[in-house]
Amino acid sequence: MALTRRQFIQVGAATAGGAAVASGLPTRWWGLDGDPVPDPGTEGEKVVPTYCELCFWGCGMLAHVQGDRVTKVTGNPAHPLSRGMLCPRGAGATGLLDDPDRLQRPMIRRAKRGEDVFEEVSWDAALSEVAEKLQQVKARHGAEALALFTHGSGGTWFKALMKAWGSPNIGAPSYAQCRGPREAAFQLTFGAPLGSPEPIDIANARCITLIGSHLGENMHNTQVQELAEAIGRGADLVVVDPRFSVAASKARYWLPVKPGTDIALLLAWLHVIIGEERHDAAWVAAHATGFDELKAHVADKTPAWAAEITGVPAQQIADSARLIASARPASLIHPGRHVVWYGDDTQRERAMAILAAVLGSWGHRGGYLKQDRFPLAGYPHGGAPPPTRPKVDRPKGGKYPLAGEVLASGLCDATRPGQTLYELQAWLVYGCNLIQAMPGRPQLLESIQKLELLVAVDVLPSEICGFADVVLPECTFLERDDDAWNGPWRRPFIAARQAAVPPRHDTKPGWWIAKALADKLGVGDHLPWKDANDYLQARLAVKGQSWEELSRTGVLLGKEVPTCVEDGAEIELETSSGKAELYSKELEELDFEPLPVYHPQEEGPPGSFRLLSGRSPLHTFGRTVNNRLLAQPFPENAVWLNADAARALPGFERTPLVEGDKVVLINQDGVRSTPVKVKLTQRIRPDCVYMVHGWGQNAKRLRYAHGRGASDSQLTTRFKVDPIMGGTGMNVNFVRLERAAREQA
Amino acid sequence: MSPRYAMSMDTRRCVGCNACVISCKTENAVPEGCFRDWIAEEVTGTFPDLQMQIRSERCNHCADAPCVGACPTGASHYGEGGTVLVTASKCTGCKACIASCPYDARSVHPQGHVDKCTFCLHRVKKGLQPACVEVCPTRSLTFGDLSDPTSPVARLLASRRFTVLQPGAGTRPQVFFLT
Repeated sequence: MALTRRQFIQVGAATAGGAAVASGLPTRWWGLDGDPVPDPGTEGEKVVPTYCELCFWGCGMLAHVQGDRVTKVTGNPAHPLSRGMLCPRGAGATGLLDDPDRLQRPMIRRAKRGEDVFEEVSWDAALSEVAEKLQQVKARHGAEALALFTHGSGGTWFKALMKAWGSPNIGAPSYAQCRGPREAAFQLTFGAPLGSPEPIDIANARCITLIGSHLGENMHNTQVQELAEAIGRGADLVVVDPRFSVAASKARYWLPVKPGTDIALLLAWLHVIIGEERHDAAWVAAHATGFDELKAHVADKTPAWAAEITGVPAQQIADSARLIASARPASLIHPGRHVVWYGDDTQRERAMAILAAVLGSWGHRGGYLKQDRFPLAGYPHGGAPPPTRPKVDRPKGGKYPLAGEVLASGLCDATRPGQTLYELQAWLVYGCNLIQAMPGRPQLLESIQKLELLVAVDVLPSEICGFADVVLPECTFLERDDDAWNGPWRRPFIAARQAAVPPRHDTKPGWWIAKALADKLGVGDHLPWKDANDYLQARLAVKGQSWEELSRTGVLLGKEVPTCVEDGAEIELETSSGKAELYSKELEELDFEPLPVYHPQEEGPPGSFRLLSGRSPLHTFGRTVNNRLLAQPFPENAVWLNADAARALPGFERTPLVEGDKVVLINQDGVRSTPVKVKLTQRIRPDCVYMVHGWGQNAKRLRYAHGRGASDSQLTTRFKVDPIMGGTGMNVNFVRLERAAREQA
Repeated sequence: MSPRYAMSMDTRRCVGCNACVISCKTENAVPEGCFRDWIAEEVTGTFPDLQMQIRSERCNHCADAPCVGACPTGASHYGEGGTVLVTASKCTGCKACIASCPYDARSVHPQGHVDKCTFCLHRVKKGLQPACVEVCPTRSLTFGDLSDPTSPVARLLASRRFTVLQPGAGTRPQVFFLT
């Protein structure tokens, strides 16, 4: 009987028991084998240095190329942010390149917006359609009626297109929907926003305080590397989080505060540190103003007072404050990143900045460092005339005076009539899925339906593509050249983005799309470069910097400069007083509280849980949820529910929830989530639920991610806007749980 | 002296990010749904008095490996440096090794043979680190030769407290968890 290998294996499987019995026999008599560990052949025939786009940190990576395939990616040891190591998302970059659901050809909508019915067309037809509609918008409403939403390195090209076209309305959700309040608070206190990567010295800190930041699950590579380094050296962690995060599991103190009460905790910490004179009096005397006002302000904010509010025992508050102070100045108050929670977020971040100041950690090793950008010149030729009308991201009446960047939420609002100086009529959306990024989905969809034109440039058929009139498919970062990465760092550097393989399907790089569209619009003269490399080489040539070295190694390092007092740097503060402003005259003049005050948050209806969201180390929002590689260890999100709270849940008395059951979340406005698995755990307070952001995707073309898990942003129908800078606080929604109907479960 | 390959895994540093898992999959072209390494989280206590240990786990390359004894064909065997390996061409896919492994460290490759961690010996031979070690952003993983007392892994085990998984199974694991 001839058996195929497959049949033989099946027989073998069926007789496993017998085989196990026979296992005592000597088994090596078959003699010498070939190599038992054959080389899997993933090293590739060449290696292309580039930088990662799976998130926006920009780690240097090496793409290993075999033919037209990238077999794997590894960290670039020469790159200061990756230092040869990658996070899982970066390591899974080939899952994006090989995603079978990628956009393949340009598409034009053939049904109502959001119904996701499209016809594939040629690039020429797609770009002509966009150009014709944009000219109509311009004729009726002016060039400024076009807005660009952008997130990612290819944004350079579309920003250039916007300038050429004559619109100032360029925004990213990464400000008002993410780190904005932090930038405003540090600007107010120290005279400069923090930016990205943050100028913090985690590696050398002896105590690291995380307030709602779950570094380790939030996987900014360099910061996580440094966190592990600090832990390895015996640094202490203080973690403030309603959830027992990964970082909390490594902390000396985990303070599971009641959500929304962080400011009370921070004021009590300041009370202890200042009251017991554990602050850095010399730093404060030399570099700060408003200390007396601060001291008086926190005089009655005792640990006992904060314990009542936060639910954290007074003794723990006092002890953790003393630990934090004992490590100064190498006591790092991590500023957080996604900090739009309760609408008073600038004030909470102010309290954190003030704490960092009185610890004297600003300017010191283990605290806040000085960073700089590599001196890369701008593109040397041409430049379009400036737009004639101002941007419209802020409503009439002078709201949000300290917004330091364009409010993406404001641009969405400017599309509905009567809110702003003039209205937006067309959106160009580059690489950001506004459907999940924005709170208040009903208003967002209303804005979208009012548009005369919505163009989406994306790699994947994300939800926003389903609402677009024209979809322009970009190739992945592994298939394109781009502008250099030029963020600030301790030792300034730039990094190259280089195509490892040619674009698949009929996709094009961002620079090509922007240039082709500019040509169609008759403004191509303002984008005179031949391609991305030509553009970058022209920038490098201005100061005689080496393209050859940048291309070969992936990075060009600048001069080493002192980054902290210990290295010989000076503390320079760019506030109007030249000092750290503990008491903010600027806020006072604008009629805001000059020192942070705790105001109680609204409670949810009885039986409801506050909805919190966060990150998985394997995913970047919704951008990676369709990545088959990353989905294997993390296939969908789950809603975290305190196991004891689950037992007391009304409606579940007869059949209690068990781990893995599917539930539907219903928010205070009656919005129902898609069914999502429940994770019953001791790792969260009983008054809130938590889920990883990015799941619950509606886009049918994302065949893997569609219908998996639930979306926190769909349930975020309410948000509280920070009056200081316009951030949209999103942790103000409450949900109750219902068992998912059987057909859904 | 012949090498004795081992790995230490620092549970204090590890954040359970899965970079080791993903890089293993791409390095070794591990098929969808199969894993040669994985993350384990062990939570003890009740809110708010909790502890959690996070581990990056893989085949323990046991010195007394039950899988080697269980294999009827000799496919599972001790290889260089005491590693536990599977010769695909000799494996019938009978799964006796899977049944005998207390750590659930093996899976069936779609081509029929049993698949598992090799400590990336194909890389080690070239003087490289295993893929999981190289990628790890927290530097939790240390691979090396225990017969060399100056190797980083030997020094870590000489200076730190550690455990092995299921010591009662009598398998003498060569993956050590620093606590």
